Amino acid sequence: MRYIDEYRDAAAVHKYAAQLAKITTRPWTLMEVCGGQTHAIIRFGIDELLPPQVTLLHGPGCPVCVTPLELIDKALEIAAQPNVIFTSFGDMLRVPGSHGDLLSCKASGADVRMVYSPLDSLKLAQANPEKQVVFFAVGFETTAPANAMAVYQAAKLGVPNFSILVSHVLVPPAVEAILSAEGNRVQAFLAAGHVCAVMGYTEYEPLAAKYRVPFVVTGFEPLDIMQGIYMTVKQLEEGRAEVENQYARAVTREGNTHAVNLIREVFEVVPRKWRGIGEIPASGLGLRAPYAAFDAEQRFGVASYTAQESSECISGLILQGAKKPSQCPAFGTRCTPEQPLGATMVSNEGACAAYYRYRLHSITETEAS
Amino acid sequence: MSDFAFTCPIPISDYPQVLLAHGSGGKLMHHLLDKMIAPTFANPISAAGHDGATLTLNGGRLAFTTDSFVVQPLFFPGGDIGTLAVNGTVNDLAMCGARPLYLSVGFILEEGLPMETLWRVVQSMRAAADAANVQIVTGDTKVVDRGKGDGIFINTAGIGVIEHTLNIAPQAVREGDAILINGDLGRHGMAVMAVREGLEFESAIESDCAPLAAPVLRLIAAGVAVHCLRDMTRGGMASSLVEIAKDSGLHLHIDETRLPIRDDVRAACEILGLDPLYVANEGRFVAFVPQSQAEQALAAIGEDAVQVGVVRADSKGKVTAQSSIGVSRIVDMLSGEQLPRIC
Repeated sequence: MRYIDEYRDAAAVHKYAAQLAKITTRPWTLMEVCGGQTHAIIRFGIDELLPPQVTLLHGPGCPVCVTPLELIDKALEIAAQPNVIFTSFGDMLRVPGSHGDLLSCKASGADVRMVYSPLDSLKLAQANPEKQVVFFAVGFETTAPANAMAVYQAAKLGVPNFSILVSHVLVPPAVEAILSAEGNRVQAFLAAGHVCAVMGYTEYEPLAAKYRVPFVVTGFEPLDIMQGIYMTVKQLEEGRAEVENQYARAVTREGNTHAVNLIREVFEVVPRKWRGIGEIPASGLGLRAPYAAFDAEQRFGVASYTAQESSECISGLILQGAKKPSQCPAFGTRCTPEQPLGATMVSNEGACAAYYRYRLHSITETEAS
Repeated sequence: MSDFAFTCPIPISDYPQVLLAHGSGGKLMHHLLDKMIAPTFANPISAAGHDGATLTLNGGRLAFTTDSFVVQPLFFPGGDIGTLAVNGTVNDLAMCGARPLYLSVGFILEEGLPMETLWRVVQSMRAAADAANVQIVTGDTKVVDRGKGDGIFINTAGIGVIEHTLNIAPQAVREGDAILINGDLGRHGMAVMAVREGLEFESAIESDCAPLAAPVLRLIAAGVAVHCLRDMTRGGMASSLVEIAKDSGLHLHIDETRLPIRDDVRAACEILGLDPLYVANEGRFVAFVPQSQAEQALAAIGEDAVQVGVVRADSKGKVTAQSSIGVSRIVDMLSGEQLPRIC
């Protein structure tokens, strides 16, 4: 299949691995920010092909994982109300709030539906004018354009029974929070290719200059990731700290200006709480005043909710790259995908779930031997 | 008082209600079967953990099985609920190494169902039964109030005769066995999902729904010492392999680059973030045969059959897959259904 097979070519991947080993002279610690990349790294075993000096840390780039508990509680509260059709992307349905998840809510009689696009949710609102249709607007810059479009269209077409529960987060502020944290170990970043396809990569240029760290915009296939790691290590070895673009087949420096303009029309930058990390200033998106009528938190009066995280879950440390999933005492025992303590175990893209799914047995065997 | 105790074996605190995932073929369903259903009805026949029960009567052996069908949409490219209901039970019998003979059918119909819809389903059941060389010899029909069903639910049960002395079961799998499959993976699941969710692709993906008795009987007639057979339905190939690894106590190793998956199915899976290893099939099975007979077995099954892996004894009860870049990983069962991801 074009654009897939050539980027999963074993010979090319191993060639890059050999080149990487040749240029690596010292230990380096890299972070891939995006959960999709974490998943690909573990699924294909890319980390096992790296020279021992290169350590990959898994960053806070899984939108499901960083959505705060209280927002899931708000979703559950809204979904349980009569006359509501609550719509969401599939992987949010299984994330536990303080009491249950959206799938259990559905089992109790709520009308919870999985959709593939917020525009499908808008169509549902038009088809069911007597119902309140709510879309759970979760995600990074990647999902923001479509969510903005749904709200923009709802306003334009006058669909008063549509609203969104917003939990949008932004990558650059999270990266800066990691870089400025005490004891930061991350020396370079693989920037998420799809985020940059929307936003471009000019936002990383001041960060690279201020903190003297390389950024390489990287794709999602094994060869992309291997090449991204190679370009990053090469910069580190040569003492450079620049923003480079491995994923040039999809990303330009300016990004998709139509999408960015639409995001700016509908959303404004606001402070956001990140699950496991806490509040980061100017790190999320909220609806602008002219679109505030489409804010589900206001419409259903759930804006003031707060919730307490499990004290046993170390997902905050995992999301910041301070710990690996296998270093958590609850990993694979008290915390599994069936009974998760925190969101990094629930989502497909969560680092704990990826380790559990693809590595659990080798981890337990190593520990046993 | 007797020692009867009304205690639910599945902790209520974990799952006070049945979730859809309890029927998905993944871990939650196995949890339900292992903790509640199997121990309640425990007997030596059901303990084999196979797709159907093998019964010995008057010196002969019969296979007996049942399956229920609740698919939405009722009609999809490549089949409908009627063809599924016949082939599903025919295939469970075939996986016991039996020649399927007779089926029963139970309909649960929802008030208001268009008679023409029922007629189409009944006609396709008739056609599927003819194609699979079985007769539908008994049945039952019930109608429930509007809103209490989903159009049509169908249950079928079937019996078949076992005309050989092979013991086809997970426990018969041996170190060194070849792991074979009879064709490309993931088409049924993606065909149904495309229609159910209104996903539009350039060309319709057709379900692989098909009766499997003929290739299985050819395999046995060719003199292949078949060790185990399993149709790869809900939960896909991964779940079938994990079940057999668990029941055989052996290590099943597959090479991902050898899995036949059509480009349209791969593309649809890539777009939705699904792994074709977990996508349902309705006309695909995995066969465990001695490596020395692998070529003979592939020829007997048909031209689309391929060897995808081998059985090892180096670690117990696990499945591993070699990725396209040559690194091995664990293949585990999912807890519930695969859900498309956000980005």
